[in-house]
Amino acid sequence: MPDLSRQQRLRKLVQEVAGKSAPEDEQESLFESGLLDSFALPDLVSAIEKEFAIKVPDSDLNPRKFDSIARMDAYLADHM
Amino acid sequence: MSAYLHAFGAHLPERIVTNAELSERTGKTAEWIESASGIQERRWATPETSIAAMGVAAAESCLKTAGFPTNKIGMLIVASGSGSRGFPGPAAAIADRLCLLSAPAIDLPMASAGSLFGLALAMRLTETYGDILVVASEKMSPLCDTEPLDPNTAILFGDGAGAALVSSRPGRWRILDAALHTDGQYREDLAFDGSGALRMNGLTVILQASRKMPASIEEVLARQNLTAQQVTAFLLHQANLNLLTRVAKALNVGPEKVFANVQRYGNTSSASMLIAATEWAGTNPAKGPIVFSAFGAGFHWGALVADSAD
Repeated sequence: MPDLSRQQRLRKLVQEVAGKSAPEDEQESLFESGLLDSFALPDLVSAIEKEFAIKVPDSDLNPRKFDSIARMDAYLADHM
Repeated sequence: MSAYLHAFGAHLPERIVTNAELSERTGKTAEWIESASGIQERRWATPETSIAAMGVAAAESCLKTAGFPTNKIGMLIVASGSGSRGFPGPAAAIADRLCLLSAPAIDLPMASAGSLFGLALAMRLTETYGDILVVASEKMSPLCDTEPLDPNTAILFGDGAGAALVSSRPGRWRILDAALHTDGQYREDLAFDGSGALRMNGLTVILQASRKMPASIEEVLARQNLTAQQVTAFLLHQANLNLLTRVAKALNVGPEKVFANVQRYGNTSSASMLIAATEWAGTNPAKGPIVFSAFGAGFHWGALVADSAD
């Protein structure tokens, strides 16, 4: 279930890590749009862990899980 | 168990390939290449130069530094991910060129983490086999030589070889411990099939490496009751300057503690850690604990800690 408040928090994290706003379409790929690169992704995952007080296990370190606001929201919905 | 690191050696091809040269073939600017990787130039071997030839040159450099006679080597371990998938591997050719007539010569067909695994194996085997020469030799340039060049890989890799002498005889650094790991579920994310170009999913590689390298370093340091802050130098696989910076940050140490020469040689896969160690050791470094760590195709990763022996 999409959580608009959680998505806003994720957008804030993306803005902090990438220095740019996340696309309005929550389904849009953050990597294909060029917003995030391979070195920003570890920073984003660390920021998510801190913001939502969770530990993303190594087995979940799949870029697809963090490819868009919607996918990050879905991941958090399953793990919070 | 006692194992010591006595000396390191390296060999790099003469030809320097600058970012400006790659810019013409990748469509990326030289500035973009340096910003994405920290790499300013790399070395590419000539088509005639073999992995074995570079490995022999690094081995001879190491043995010369150690002042150790070649015919006393008890075992040879050769890491190379870019070596032929046929048999025998480059270990036999290097053993032959070093005139080793009966010492066992083992191939580790592993890329970036190969030299780390070689050192860890040598640490365990030296009491049985005596002085063990660990060689890592890579010719990565043909694996990236597509037309047009793939900017995701061609800007990163270079050719070269490194070597280390490990012995149960007391030497300059005593090896304290090593931790090795493999997670094969990511084996397709960084792979070379033996011909054609290598494949790399950079997002997955960097995401996993940025977590697993610091974790393995902390694992091995904790077992030795050491902290990252107590370490004199981190001698890591030179994958990408941005990754080295992130590992330092994750360990909460200054970037000056992480030796880096990736700017000049690019990512020479398994050879890079020993090439870095060779240059670092030549700087008359301060005494104290040193940490080796690598991450690469497999994924294989781990860390090894040593300390000054005197």
